[in-house]
Amino acid sequence: MSITLRLAWRNLWRQPRRTWLTAGAMVFSNVLLIFLIALQLGTYQAMIDNTLSAFSGHLQVQQAGYKEKQRIRQVVPRIRDVAEDLRSGLGLNSIAARGEAFTLASSESRTYGVLIIGVEPEFEPRASRIPSLVSEGRFLDNPDAPEIVVGDILALNLKAQIGDELTILGSARDGSFAAAVVNIVGIFDSGVDELDRSLAQMPLEFFQETFAMEGAGHAVVINAPSLFEVEAVAEKAKSLLPGGQNLVVHDWNDLQPGLRQAIQADLIGSWFMYGILVILVMFSVLNTQLMSVLERTREFGIVMSLGLSSGRLGRLVLLETVLIGLIGLTLGVALGGIATSWFEAHGFTYPGMEEMASQFNIPDRFYPDLNAISLFAGPTVVFVGSVLAAMYPMARLHWLQPVQAMRSA
Amino acid sequence: MDSVRCVGLYKTYKQGDQIIIGLDGVNLEVEQEGFACLQSPSGAGKTTLLNAMGGLDRPDGGEVYVAGKRIDNLSKGQLAEMRLHNIGFVFQAYNLIPVLTAMENVEFVMQLQGVPASERAMRAREALNEVGLEGLENRRPAKMSGGQQQRVAVARAIASRPAIVLADEPTANLDSSSARHLMELFAKINETRGTTFVIATHDEMAMSYAKRLIRMRDGKIVEDQLQET
Repeated sequence: MSITLRLAWRNLWRQPRRTWLTAGAMVFSNVLLIFLIALQLGTYQAMIDNTLSAFSGHLQVQQAGYKEKQRIRQVVPRIRDVAEDLRSGLGLNSIAARGEAFTLASSESRTYGVLIIGVEPEFEPRASRIPSLVSEGRFLDNPDAPEIVVGDILALNLKAQIGDELTILGSARDGSFAAAVVNIVGIFDSGVDELDRSLAQMPLEFFQETFAMEGAGHAVVINAPSLFEVEAVAEKAKSLLPGGQNLVVHDWNDLQPGLRQAIQADLIGSWFMYGILVILVMFSVLNTQLMSVLERTREFGIVMSLGLSSGRLGRLVLLETVLIGLIGLTLGVALGGIATSWFEAHGFTYPGMEEMASQFNIPDRFYPDLNAISLFAGPTVVFVGSVLAAMYPMARLHWLQPVQAMRSA
Repeated sequence: MDSVRCVGLYKTYKQGDQIIIGLDGVNLEVEQEGFACLQSPSGAGKTTLLNAMGGLDRPDGGEVYVAGKRIDNLSKGQLAEMRLHNIGFVFQAYNLIPVLTAMENVEFVMQLQGVPASERAMRAREALNEVGLEGLENRRPAKMSGGQQQRVAVARAIASRPAIVLADEPTANLDSSSARHLMELFAKINETRGTTFVIATHDEMAMSYAKRLIRMRDGKIVEDQLQET
């Protein structure tokens, strides 16, 4: 070990209490940052997965412009063939064709506006969670039966139950009047109020017949194996689409812009809070190093008189800060990693969580997501901030004169 | 050749509204292997002169040459480099680095000079033996007496093989026995290594070891004489 490193290390332990207090502040903030960032990433992941898997999926193949105007005429022709080609081309089963139509649904006593989705009963359970969220009755099982499943809030609003008939009235693709009478076979509870209030699903073939779709539909929903693979799957899906039909692939950012905005808004608030935490740690380091420099002025005068340049002296102070920072980084990452991985495995909750979870479509138990980013991003910023905080004490050394320094008490 | 040469040195200080004259046209040459004592009452300029010779303080006027090179016009960084390679300092208050052992204190300057580790250790051990501190290499300053600390400072000053050793009141904090041992050590090093010494002191005993006695008053050299030791 070089003398400079030995000198820096031993200088730290001249005031062990002060060194531990400073390192302790770093450790505390690092543990906190690791946990909070992991929690935030875990929550976003859950939020995205829950929202996308509930209905919209990671990707959707649509006619260009359908997402914006949602006209019934903007179709994907021979949609079941397109979906089948994508399933085999991408090697994924979590792909399903859908048709969509805005209608009026009437029960015996009430009428509500409803978004009717025609789904493939065989494939829809692999592409969305709604089939698994049927809380009463069953999901659709016949491709052309006049059956429907509705959200629980919609059922409540319509005062309808399993076995009741609903009359569907809307416009067909060819501009004609579309009407059907369907039986309610299931009621789902997705936990997303917006879906539960306005969504209903019927078999795709019955939907195509009712709305004169002639084998067409509006969207092929694709769920990638994970969020990180969405981009690659989207690229491959584009190459598998039939040419000349003006079809496009939208990713979840396009489909759910509100989700990204909500996450971004939350991130801004969080970064602000993290920034304050890092600044507090920086002040703690600044205080320690400034005190340390001031009380060693005479000693610095000595080493300068021996031939140590102010630049090298500054580097010594920087090295001391780096060493404290490394203590804070190592202990913080170790403790933060252990604590967060425990919560990652077991999750945690608190009273009132269920209500909030339902509102934001997240699970009622938090599971932090410990990965390289959540483990190292916060501690690295604290480390860099601490080193930056040492710049001022370092700069003071530049103006130090050996004779004046040695005269100081 | 001269180890150190001062030509027309002039230095003033401001103390409140008063201008104090620290050096007033000092001309001085100290030859290689010389052993000179600067003597004066307190505040008469000997420390100021020593600081100017060592490049610790810049004179307001005049020129300073160390080992034949002019140093009064060097930058701060160049002065640090000059001190590192040419000057050894021994101060009144020992001025060791408290967190380093005796051995590490002696090695410190050599490390800054870039001396390889093995040679550094060898020279540090040799210097500590020379000042009579064998066996205390791993002791920190706080565990040593004042005399021992001052000898470590001397070992540090000579181990880096400077052209000149400047000592400012090196015996001031020592008891008479330790002070005598220190001066004997200086004389021995001067004799055996040929190291040039310039010592600022008002200790009569210390002066008796010098080959040359320079008396100062009011920032001027008023007497410069060789003496028998």
